[in-house]
Formats: sequence, C-alpha cells, structure tokens
Amino acid sequence: MTPTRRKFLTALPIAGAGVLGVSFWRILHNMNDGSFDPRAVNNPHVGRPIPTFSLPGIIGQGDGFSDHDLRAQTRPVLINFFASWCIPCVQEMPGLRAISRKIPIWGIAYEDKPENADAFIKRDGSPYERLAADRHGKTAIDWGVTGVPESFLIIPGGRIIWHGSAALDPQTFENEVLPRLAKVGL
Amino acid sequence: MFGPEQGHFALALACILAFTQFILPLWGAHKRNARWVEIAPFLAISQLIALSLSFFDLILCAVRDDFSVQNVAANSAISKPLLYKITGVWGNHEGSVLLWTLILGVCGAAVSIFGRNLPDILKGRVLAILGGVSAGFQLFCLLTSNPFDRVFPAPPDGQGMNPLLQDPGLAFHPPILYTGYVGFAVPFAFAVAALIEGRVDAAWGRWVRPWAVAAWCFLTCGIALGSWWSYYVLGWGGYWFWDPVENASLIPWLTGTALVHSAIVVEKREGLKIWTVLLAIATFSFSLSGTFLVRSGILNSVHAFANDPARGVFILALLAIVIGGSLTLFAWRAPSLTSGGIFSPVSREGALVLNNILLCSICAVVVTGTMYPPFMQLLAGRTISVGKPFFDAATIPLTLPLLLAMGIGTALPWKRAHLARTFSHLWGAVLITFVGVLLCFWQFAGALPIACGALAIWVIIASLIDTGRKIGIGQTSLNNVFSRARILPRSSWGATLAHIGAGITILGLCGMSGAQQAIVEIHVGDTRTLHGDQWTLTHVRDYVGPNYHAMQADITIRDHSGHLITTLHPEKRNFMSQNQVTTEVAIHTNLVTDLYGVIGDRHGTGDNATYVLRLHYNPLAPWMWLGALIMAIGGAFSLSDRRLRVGAPQKAINRHTATI
Amino acid sequence: MKQFTTLLLLFSLFIGGGIALAIDTPEEMLPNPVQEKRAEHLGAQLRCLVCQNESIEESSAPLARDLRKAVREQVAAGKTDQQIMDWMTERYGEFIRLAPTFSFATALLWLMPAIAIISGGLLAWFAMRRRPIAHAPLTEEERIRLKELSGQE
Repeated sequence: MTPTRRKFLTALPIAGAGVLGVSFWRILHNMNDGSFDPRAVNNPHVGRPIPTFSLPGIIGQGDGFSDHDLRAQTRPVLINFFASWCIPCVQEMPGLRAISRKIPIWGIAYEDKPENADAFIKRDGSPYERLAADRHGKTAIDWGVTGVPESFLIIPGGRIIWHGSAALDPQTFENEVLPRLAKVGL
Repeated sequence: MFGPEQGHFALALACILAFTQFILPLWGAHKRNARWVEIAPFLAISQLIALSLSFFDLILCAVRDDFSVQNVAANSAISKPLLYKITGVWGNHEGSVLLWTLILGVCGAAVSIFGRNLPDILKGRVLAILGGVSAGFQLFCLLTSNPFDRVFPAPPDGQGMNPLLQDPGLAFHPPILYTGYVGFAVPFAFAVAALIEGRVDAAWGRWVRPWAVAAWCFLTCGIALGSWWSYYVLGWGGYWFWDPVENASLIPWLTGTALVHSAIVVEKREGLKIWTVLLAIATFSFSLSGTFLVRSGILNSVHAFANDPARGVFILALLAIVIGGSLTLFAWRAPSLTSGGIFSPVSREGALVLNNILLCSICAVVVTGTMYPPFMQLLAGRTISVGKPFFDAATIPLTLPLLLAMGIGTALPWKRAHLARTFSHLWGAVLITFVGVLLCFWQFAGALPIACGALAIWVIIASLIDTGRKIGIGQTSLNNVFSRARILPRSSWGATLAHIGAGITILGLCGMSGAQQAIVEIHVGDTRTLHGDQWTLTHVRDYVGPNYHAMQADITIRDHSGHLITTLHPEKRNFMSQNQVTTEVAIHTNLVTDLYGVIGDRHGTGDNATYVLRLHYNPLAPWMWLGALIMAIGGAFSLSDRRLRVGAPQKAINRHTATI
Repeated sequence: MKQFTTLLLLFSLFIGGGIALAIDTPEEMLPNPVQEKRAEHLGAQLRCLVCQNESIEESSAPLARDLRKAVREQVAAGKTDQQIMDWMTERYGEFIRLAPTFSFATALLWLMPAIAIISGGLLAWFAMRRRPIAHAPLTEEERIRLKELSGQE
C-alpha cells in the first residue's frame, strides 16, 4: 500500500461524512421552508387523465357523477374528497366556500353514511356544485387518495394537473392552484 | 429545598466543568504541563456529581407533581404510579437528552476511576475528548431542550403519559440502550487520543477493548429489550420492523461488533490498527447520528418523537464538530500509523478480517436502506419506500457466510492455519449440522430459514467442540480437563458463550418463520385448534382498573391428548382519560415455544356475544432474547478476564495460556 | 385526518398485526388458505400510507383495511402477483412498494451488498499485499516531540 493510496483511503471517510452532512443540512433547510416533507406521498396521478368511476349521489343532494360528466366540462373543476367524521374537513369548509366562488368544486364523500354527509353539508351551506358518495372508498383508491381531505384540479378534457393532500384554504388556492391554472392558460 | 432552578443551575455548572475538562488537559498535554493533565479525573468526577444532582432534581420535580415545570406537566399526571413518575422522566425528548449526558458523565468518571494504570497523558486526552462531547450535548440540552423550563400558570394536573409506555420493559429499555450508545464514546475518545498522539500499539488495544466490550454488552441488551417489548406489548407477535429507529440502534451494534473483534487483532498481533481506529470513530458517530437524526424528523419513523427542525440544525452542527473533527484528524494522522504483523489469509486474523468485512457490509446495506428514501426525495423528488422485504432480502444472504466463519474462526490458530487440519477437529460439528439441516427441513418454512437455522446449529456445535478441544475433553484425564478449563482464559470462554448466544438468537429468528396464527371469532365455550393444541375461550369478564376499564378473557389450552397446558388471560384495556385502547397480550412460554393470545373486539351482547381472538403459536421465539442475553453474558464474562482488566496489576500470565 | 397521523400511528401500535395480523375480523380472510397466504405475502410488501412504516397487513388504518380487501378480491379473481403490484403502483406510485423495484435510481440500493463485499475484499487484499512502507523523514518538530514522548513513556 503506497503512502499516496493510504492518504487517499484515510480521507474517504471524511469525504463521505461531509457529503452526508451537507445533504442533511439541505434536507433540514428544505424542511424548514416546507419544500421537503419526510411524510409526503407523491400522488402519481398528477398529469394523468382522471380514472374511470361512476358514483351515486347523496339523497337530497342531486344524483352523483361519473368520469364522463367530469370530462365533459368546459371549465376547470376542483374535486374534493371529504367526510363528515374528519375534523380537518370541518375546518376546511369556510375556506372551500370562499374558493367555490372562483371555481366549481365537486365533492366526493369518502366512506361516509349518506345521511351524515347530507346533514354535514346542510349545516353551514354547501361549497359543492355537485356531490357523490364513495361508500366503500374504492374510487378514492383509484385516485390514490390516502386520507381526507384531499383535492384535485381537473382541466377540461379530464386531466389532473394538481393534487393537494391537506385542507384547502384560500391562501393555498391563490399560491398553488391559480398559478397551475395560469400555466395551462386557463 | 430543591426546585427546578437548582437542577438547571447544576446542569449549567456541569457544562462549564465539561468545557474545562475538554480544554485544560489537551492544552496541558500539548504544553507538557503535568498538573493540567492530572486535573482531568477530578473534573470528570465533579462533572458527574453536578449532572447527578441535576438529574435527581428532575426526578424530584416529577415525583412531587410540580406541574409548573413544563416537562412534568406535559408527561406526567397525579394519577400516574410512582415507578412511572420516575421512569417517565426519560420517556420524553428533554429528559432523555439529560439522561444521555448523565451516562456520558458516568463514562468519564469510570475512565477516571478504572483507568489508574493508563499513562497520564493518554488518560488526560481521553477524558478531554469525553468532556468535549459532554459539553456539546449539555449545551444542546440547555439551549434547545431544557427539561427545567417553567410554565405559567401551572396547570392543576399534567397531561399524563401514553399508557402504552407505562410498562416496566420500556422503563428500563432507554437507560440500557443509551448506556450502550454512549459507552462507545470511550473507545471513540481512545481513538482520537491515539490519533493526537500518533501512536497505536498492542497496549492501546488492550486498554480500549474492555470499554468496547462493555458498551457492546449494554447495546446488545438494549436492542433485545426493545424488541422484546414490542413483542409482548404491541400484541401482534412482531419483534423487528426495520424501522429507522430500530436501524439506528442496529447500525452501531454492527460496527461495534466489528470493533470488538478487530481490537483483538490490534492487541494480539498489532495489525488492523488504522481500521480499528476508524471503527471506533464510526461506531460512536453512528450512535450519535442515529439517535439524533431520528429526533430531527428527517427519518420517517413509527416511534413517535417530538420532531423539531430547529433542534435539528443544532444537532447537525454538533455532529459536524464531533464526527467531522474526528474524521479530519483521522485523515491527517492515520496514514502515519504503522501496520503490524504479517499473516496469511487463512488464519485467526484472516477470519477476523472476514468477520469485519461481512459485518461492515451488512452495516452498509442497513445504512443505505435507511438513508435512501430521504436522499431520493432530496435529489430526484421521488418518494420511495425501503422496508422489511428489502432488508430481509439484502441482509440475510450476508449473514450466512458470517455464521459459517463464526464456527471456524475461533478454531483457527494465529498467523497461518491449515483449513484441512482445522476441519479434522470439526467433522463432528459438520455431521451434527447435517442432522440439523434435516431437523430444520422438518420445522421451518422457506429456504433461507433452513440455511440460517442449519448454520446457527453449526456455530453452536463448532464453538462447543472447539472449546472442548482446548480444554482437552477426550484427550486427557478428567482432572486435567478441569485444571485446563480453569486455566483457559475467560475471554476465550466469553467468546464461546457469545457465539453460542448468537447461534441461539438466529435459531429463534428462524423458528419465528414457522410461526402459526389463527384469527377467530367465537362464542364463550367454543374451541379452536392451532398446531395441534385445543384453545378454548372459557370465560370473559369485565372489570374496572385504577385508570381504565378492561375486558379479560380466560383461554384454556390443552394439548392433543387433552392435558391442560395453561390458561391465558389476555385483556383489552380502555384508558378513559387518554381515550386509548391497549391490548394486554397473554403469553405462556416453556422457553422453547410461546403460546400467545390476544383478545380483540366483542360483537353483540349477552350470551350471543362473540369475541375476536388472535391465537399464535411461536416456535423458538424466546430464543431470540435468550440468545441476546447469553451474548451479553459472554461479553461480561470476558470482561472479568485478568488480562483485560484495566488497573489490574500486570502479572506474568505465561503459565499455559501463551498460545490460546 | 392527516393531522392525526401521529395519533393514528400510536393507535395503530395497539391493534396492528405483525405477520398479517391487523385483520380485525376473520371475515377479512380468504377461505382458501393457499390464496390467503398469497394475499398476506403481497400485503406484507405494500406500505400502509397512513401509518407509514407498517405494511398494510400490519396496519389497522381504514385505508389499509380497504387495500387488504382489494388485494384479496384480486387474488380470488385469479390475478397474478405482478398484476396486483402493478395495480397498486398505478394508484399510489412507487412509494407503496416496501421493496423498491430495480431501476437506474435504485441500482445503488440493490447493488450495495455486492459493492460493500467487493470493496471490503479489495481493501483487505491491498492491505495484505505487504510492501515496505517508505516513511517520510521526520521533521525537526516531530523529532523534538519524539524525544519528549519517549522521555515520557
């Protein structure tokens, strides 16, 4: 083992540790500004056409919708998965009502008893233009939903261009959804 | 009168002492000023006294229900049993950091007391490094996670502790595990001191090895205890999840095991010096980074720790100083360390090198698997998962050759060996292993468990035969055997025990691959069969505990001929205050198999009620922890070896042991 | 619900399942033991997206229950393992696989055992090839230090 080779080999650990250290510092930095979330799950559906589905309505709230209805739209639509048993969904409602003045929102009640979902929506006024019930969560799985509330932005022709896995509020809408729409020229 | 401020003050005092302990001896060693070097032990002991006062004070706050202390208010409650008020002190982030620094203080004091025969300069430097690490962590504790913070106004009662954590197993798991982690600070300090001095020799190997072995014993016990806890508390028979937190404890264990072995070569043959120094640095570095990266929230773990990126920055800076500093020193000074004796690849040294390569390879796989997801997310923006299926597939094939080498290694002589000659002693072990393979075929499912099980049997038998040969069983008279057994160094007995323990643990892991379970929904009085035993739900009662409501079942188990084996009493408890449900598993063990019962939901009412039960038959499960215990006992036994005892007078030990 | 991940996570620690055991009722299991084994084996390789470090077989989150059901339905319908895994990754992405597929990006991960063994072996081999080490001559400073040290020891 030549001295040069020795020097090179003994310097390897510090080089490796340095690379790791810098990366961790980057990760922490990104965690602080919110661009890195170790718990984040990438939804693979962004950029893809919407999955096929056909869901019944909720009694007293119209008669559901399917992927055909969604594809036939000539304006962008927000799809919002919610449930009456989920606390963040309750907190999300006022914000959704404000957003619904700017963009139509279609709601899908996830694993919820229709009467509960109905009461929940009637309580403070519905932000939803149309409603459907996903009783057993099968459609939610097709959309890659991991929990409620989750929202998707659909452009005419039925393509998903944005996915949000947290409660939606007007600020997020301004910062994330509108720029996405501007990008595709809507 | 002790209040939290006194504890806070004691911690600050300890921090100042630790800084002094860091600077003075190093400066003194550099300037050849003996007085400054000799002051180090005194500083280390006074630092420990200050830390103990601080820790004792925090316990006092918890026992007194002083809810004006934020930490007590958040983790304790008036109704909590006294034992858990005490152990709950280290069941949270702030308290555990304080415990961490306390153990580090204990290590420093231990080096001061037991290191009487160390050269003053070396001892001073070792204590200085320990003091430096201590100072950093005490600063971390004071600035970012102060356990003595007050809250105003003080709440009337605390928020209590997760009932799941109110368990004796978990109460003692952290102190033991931390002692293992922190214990590796001593070999680390020795390594850094040796680099500063620019010298590593056989004596250094002899001084450092007992500390490494002691830390290794604690870490082994700590990991086993954690795994056992998840087995009997969480109630699904799982014992290892390859979770980042678990991996964080396994990684230093692997490098620590490698260190314990490579230090032997330094001591006996003056070889592997640079490598051993690197391992000593790496083991402690992994201990540090594992524990603290988990707390910064970078790694996604099921073990809930309060995550705080702000703390993460401090931790990272601390790690950069400790790890970066020591590795820079390594890169600068290590090339000048001379290497020692020549040996052929087939020899005791060769086997130890192979052991190190394999252990470090397993370690590399675990590190890569644990770090891959966050790095993938950082560099490519893709989220991937690396879990149990990957780790099983990647690590088990590496453990097979490790087990194979374990059986032969201790039988090989130093410097140069003849495999054929070695095997001529071990043919019996080979034969028994073949029988073992047949047994495994009959018991275990799957190719890997069979291979692992067979090799585990091989390790146990080969270790036994090798020891038997060393004490002359079958070669000389019984009297001679006894006197030889007495003369055989304890480190050799320790190694045999530890290897047998490892074999037993592996057998336990393989046995669990053949576990059987049934999930049944039955009425009271119904019987179900599992692995030939009759499990009958004979009775279910409801009762009210001190802070919970419980449903308790009686499950009678009879063997195929109708003999009563045992009655299990699993429970389901509902803690109203925290609104939590816990399952109390019932386990019957005969040290070979566990019969494991869990009660789930009740459906319906009255005589029509049905109960969901989970019944497990876990063959060899207790061996997993039994083996770990034997490993630790083996380590402890070798610590009692005269030749290793630091501070023991160096007697001439040339009687019969020279070549063993 | 997302905000309660930690809660759920803790909660999942109570009723989960290790080797296929979060199944809360026997109804969930397939009547055919061979098919059930296959379903458990598949489930152990799929990550629960709520309690993220458990497989869907271990987790007691509602979503895991739904995914278990989906797996069992497809097993019963005669789908191959590959088809079921693809069905899952199509919906949830690569993240749901507890053992990532081999690709350019994961090559380092899967090749790590081989890389580690080979580099360890090479290192040992180079170290064992004994060449007399040419020592750099001592500097003046080192010479003085050496004297002092040998005086000390």
